[in-house]
Amino acid sequence: MKVTITVNGTTHETDVEPRTLLVQYVRENLGLTGTNIGCDTSSCGACSLHLNGESVKSCTILAVQADGGSVTTIEGLAKGDVMHPMQQAFMENHGLQCGFCTPGMVMAAIGLLNEIPNPTEEQVRIGLEGNLCRCTGYHNIVKSVLACANGK
Amino acid sequence: MIPAPFEYVRAGSAAEAIDLVVQHGEDAKFLAGGHSLLPLMKLRLAQPAILIDIARITDLSYVRDAGDHLAIGALTRHSDVEHSPIVKEHAPLLAYAASHVGDPQVRHRGTIGGSIAHSDSASDLPATTLALGATYVAQGPNGTREIAATDFYKGFLESALEPDEMLTEIRVPKMNGATWGFQKFNRRAQDWAIVGVAAWKRGTESGVGLVNMGSVPILATSVATAIASGANIADAAQLAAAEAEPQSDLNASADYRVHLAKVLVRRALETTSH
Repeated sequence: MKVTITVNGTTHETDVEPRTLLVQYVRENLGLTGTNIGCDTSSCGACSLHLNGESVKSCTILAVQADGGSVTTIEGLAKGDVMHPMQQAFMENHGLQCGFCTPGMVMAAIGLLNEIPNPTEEQVRIGLEGNLCRCTGYHNIVKSVLACANGK
Repeated sequence: MIPAPFEYVRAGSAAEAIDLVVQHGEDAKFLAGGHSLLPLMKLRLAQPAILIDIARITDLSYVRDAGDHLAIGALTRHSDVEHSPIVKEHAPLLAYAASHVGDPQVRHRGTIGGSIAHSDSASDLPATTLALGATYVAQGPNGTREIAATDFYKGFLESALEPDEMLTEIRVPKMNGATWGFQKFNRRAQDWAIVGVAAWKRGTESGVGLVNMGSVPILATSVATAIASGANIADAAQLAAAEAEPQSDLNASADYRVHLAKVLVRRALETTSH
């Protein structure tokens, strides 16, 4: 089935099997491998990206469901060499250790700030409940998100 | 993990969705947000031959004040129920329970109708709408019918919906100032409840729904009867598991679930505000 999806500002027309998952589509059809597959059961959040401006878990969405939609992946955040403020905040606050959860964590964090621009620490922790960090680096992840929200 | 191959069709209206399911019969499944169905398909626990995507039927996504109750379209997403000013005002227990389904990403996709039609006793919204005395509306080839939540849940993942019927609306009586509580006991924030309780109370009237205390969501009628007879909350909560048939699993034994239900029902009923 032919799907038309705009990914990071570029519109792609692609023939996919209906069973193709959105995460497979971005990784395998478009070669955007920044979005990771972790648990593959919509628990860990590693595959989080934005669909029509909202954070979603792309391992549990079919590409055909996203037909006509707009997707942003981690590759779509930086402008040239200038990182997105959330990426910058993660870098400055040591918000990543092994880095595997990071793309999903950054996408979920940006989604959170779109809905709650000035969250409390508790709101950040609750807002990121769908993203697991197996390094257990939550403290600095929360610190990064708060720093980004405060414009630091 | 990739689902087994299937054919994919889209419905533009409820009538079209029903035509498609009549045409394809039991090989077809409706796809709304997909957050219950797709995980089952990826594990090959479900292998429908045809998916009928109903998520684009935008006129089934709404919250309306309908006088004594709220009318909520079946395709309303959890995040929209959670943030709806009308739901927050007239059915705050439902708004709060919706905000505890899965995690933000799941709530951006999952729908109230999908959760109820899936009829998982471990899900939050079936037990919550049951506690609130909801009525569900189903549309089929012969028109629509109302099904009381108390008549809807028939067995493990089994509802009163016929194979050619689609859930279209959830009608929730207004809470009219009732106090309420929602208790979800789990190990990690986004997990299913090991036991959950949705409860409201207004004078001697009350409603208590139990999550994951049997193969279907449970209405704890003995608790409500005791409160109506003048029992205090602590005593009434001792009857929490009278209607339940909890199972033992890796997370909890049946006995522990009974214990949790009593404690959580007491806490939920004692809550006076949020």
